[in-house]
Amino acid sequence: MGFPLYPAAASTQAQATDAIFIGLLVLSGVVCLLVFGLIFGFAFRYRNGSRANRGDLPEFVQRDFEIGWTAATLFLFLFIAWFTSATDLGSLAPRKGTIEIHVVAKQWMWKTQHPNGAREINALHVPAGEPVSLAMTSEDVIHSFYVPEFRIKQDVLPGRYTQTWFQTTRTGTFHLFCTQLCGTEHSRMVGDVVVMKPDDYARWSAAQPQADDIAKEGESLFRSLGCSGCHAPSSTVHAPSLVGIFGKPVHLTDGRTVTADDAYIRDSILQPSRAIVDGYANIMPSFSGLIGDDEILRLTAYIRSLRDPKESMR
Amino acid sequence: MSDIAIGGVGRRNYLNDSHSIRSWLLTTDHKRIAILYAISITIFFLIGGAAISLVRLELLTPNGMFLSDDSYNKLFTIHGVIMVWFFLIPSIPNTLGNFLLPLMIGASDVAFPRLNLLSWYLNITGGLFTVAALVGGGVDAGWTFYTPFSTEFSHGAIALAAIGVFISGFSSIATGVNFIATIHMLRMPGVTWFRLPLFVWSLYATSMMFVLATPVLAVTLLLLVIERLFHLPLFDPDYGGDPLLFQHLFWFYSHPAVYIMVLPSMGVITEVITCFARRRVFGYAFMVYALVSIAGIGFFVWGHHMFVSGQSPLASLIFSFLSFVVAVPSAIKVFNWTATLYRGQISFEAPMIYALGFVGLFTVGGLTGLFLASIPVDIHVHDTYFVVAHFHYIMVGGAVSAFFAGLHFWWPKITGRLYSESWARFAAILMFFGFNFTFFPQFVMGYAGMPRRYHVYPPEFQVYHVMSTIGATVLAAAYLLPPVYLGWSLWRGRRAGDNPWGASGLEWQTNSPPPPKNFVRRPEAPDQPYDYHPAGQAPRADERSPRRAANAAADR
Repeated sequence: MGFPLYPAAASTQAQATDAIFIGLLVLSGVVCLLVFGLIFGFAFRYRNGSRANRGDLPEFVQRDFEIGWTAATLFLFLFIAWFTSATDLGSLAPRKGTIEIHVVAKQWMWKTQHPNGAREINALHVPAGEPVSLAMTSEDVIHSFYVPEFRIKQDVLPGRYTQTWFQTTRTGTFHLFCTQLCGTEHSRMVGDVVVMKPDDYARWSAAQPQADDIAKEGESLFRSLGCSGCHAPSSTVHAPSLVGIFGKPVHLTDGRTVTADDAYIRDSILQPSRAIVDGYANIMPSFSGLIGDDEILRLTAYIRSLRDPKESMR
Repeated sequence: MSDIAIGGVGRRNYLNDSHSIRSWLLTTDHKRIAILYAISITIFFLIGGAAISLVRLELLTPNGMFLSDDSYNKLFTIHGVIMVWFFLIPSIPNTLGNFLLPLMIGASDVAFPRLNLLSWYLNITGGLFTVAALVGGGVDAGWTFYTPFSTEFSHGAIALAAIGVFISGFSSIATGVNFIATIHMLRMPGVTWFRLPLFVWSLYATSMMFVLATPVLAVTLLLLVIERLFHLPLFDPDYGGDPLLFQHLFWFYSHPAVYIMVLPSMGVITEVITCFARRRVFGYAFMVYALVSIAGIGFFVWGHHMFVSGQSPLASLIFSFLSFVVAVPSAIKVFNWTATLYRGQISFEAPMIYALGFVGLFTVGGLTGLFLASIPVDIHVHDTYFVVAHFHYIMVGGAVSAFFAGLHFWWPKITGRLYSESWARFAAILMFFGFNFTFFPQFVMGYAGMPRRYHVYPPEFQVYHVMSTIGATVLAAAYLLPPVYLGWSLWRGRRAGDNPWGASGLEWQTNSPPPPKNFVRRPEAPDQPYDYHPAGQAPRADERSPRRAANAAADR
């Protein structure tokens, strides 16, 4: 590849980021020219013993100049702050993609899973042009998901979900790097992101080993781990039903109301006594140490898939 | 070093006052403590420099040559920890600051001389712990010690290293308290707040940050050690802890620490530029306000290290905004240094070359800071070589250049000798080019996507790593020159005289080297700081011009 002056721009964010970068580069160039030009100019013209006329130095010039350039710098910097924030504000908020990929990071490997259940290690295939969102968590230390050509980076933390998203603009194979120091093989925790034409992606996807989709896998876990013993609608144990709760507000005994999202479900599995649903007793055992992040992902996907039948009939 | 070699023969000075090792190790003279610090930070600099030399050699090829992954991680951790806590933070405040602060305000010592000595012992005790941990045991967590890697997964001697840094933190606090008390209580009559040299102001602002920020580091490291050794789950998410809490606490100290490293440099540069331009500093009051506002706002920008950490977008926006605000006073200082040159009588001795180099490199470092304060750009370049290049422009291009500027400027005062001007200029210029050659390619490869702390890397980045390593070789050669010609000057250098540069500060009114209690006669406090020319008139090229003054003093 030789001499990469500039990484390829392969996502919508890449174009927005590069626009800001080039803007800042031009501005910095102008400031550098001004400052270095003045330093060289003064250093030459006012070198010791030169014949340049130095004249008098009225004091008021100092005050006016100071106030002037302080104000100018402040306005300029505030303008840049506004410009850089406003240009790409939307990309900060997690966006729902048409494809949601689950990413689990561990020392020193990336595991990705597609909605249809297809799994990859240190690789991710996505169709060009479609918004893709990533829900990521780590099994051990903090990692960071970085694709230079997409100009996206997001730390991946243990014990919580972080989100990012991208929409590609071209096909190709791009680097996936871990950019948070994570131990011995940090620099080998790399992979490829392959952006394919939508047709190729469909063909690739169909050719993957037929894994169950994540929600189906979650359902069998739900039974094998014994969750269904209490949480199934037919159960005699007094436990909250999970049908249709995903994304809905949940009232707790301590008066708080929280949203049943990925993080809430994860906490409720690992530390059930932290948030007791109003009207229920604190009887659920903790699954901390018994199940891994992969399994939590599947259980969460299953719970998400449990739609309220009344709602879906409407 | 013998008394005959150094200083004016027959004149009693702080160097020839007594000779035993004991008189040095138990001294309470701020000047001798400064020398002790100079020796210890030089040793730490050599350790940190040796570690990174191996790293740069290793990076010549994409798959490494002679290091294992673990050794690589340990080496850059040695470099970061040693350079930040045992070289940069004590460098200017504890050597030049210790030596000059009492002299510049007409005092005979700092307010608490014994605390000053204790500060050095704390520093080297912490340093020995840390070096033992880093070199003996090996620490692979980087200087940032992010949890949960540092607490649960790393096999290195992390607790020992953290305890070392913890101990050295008390050295910073002691120095901060000492300097604040000294500046408040010991200014001689006539040295009012707005007649203080800006170097003293910069030490004042730095000391405030020492005292306010370092305790947070101490607490953070203590929590880290408790979690690592006793498994008290503070940051461990499995027990409801939050690893991001560690990052917030860490950067709440470590961002102000950046200003701890760079504010004293700004003070040094102001002293040097005014002297070699023969000009009063442009906008004295604004320079003071800028220092104080950098120190103040600097406490509220730590979240710009965490744009991709998972902190809320609102928090990121606020930290981004404040980071742009804190850049304003830094820009004002650059403008004022530039304007100080206007209508001056500028000469280009070695300290001035370092100082002008500082202004250029600090400008580049500061402007690239704006890139990093912009959230979308930071998301792309965070934890890449772009960030590495940026902070080295501030820390090495800025703080280290300023340290050398100050060292050369005050060398005649400290030792009573003049060094070889041509060698010093050559080293300054070599350092400037070596530095740019090393770090400018890192900006480019960082934006191209090269992550930092990578032992192996994709082959397309090799060309930049090779450039960087060649540059680093030049830079290392440039760093080895000053010890040689400065060392030579101790024995063979010409006598400096009291004020070889014709400089205006009170420190130049006493002997070189100064006597044990600093002043034989009471110095005269000037009406104005940087009194190089009458108000309203430009300086004239008279016999006070630096070079002629230096030669005249030397010929005497």
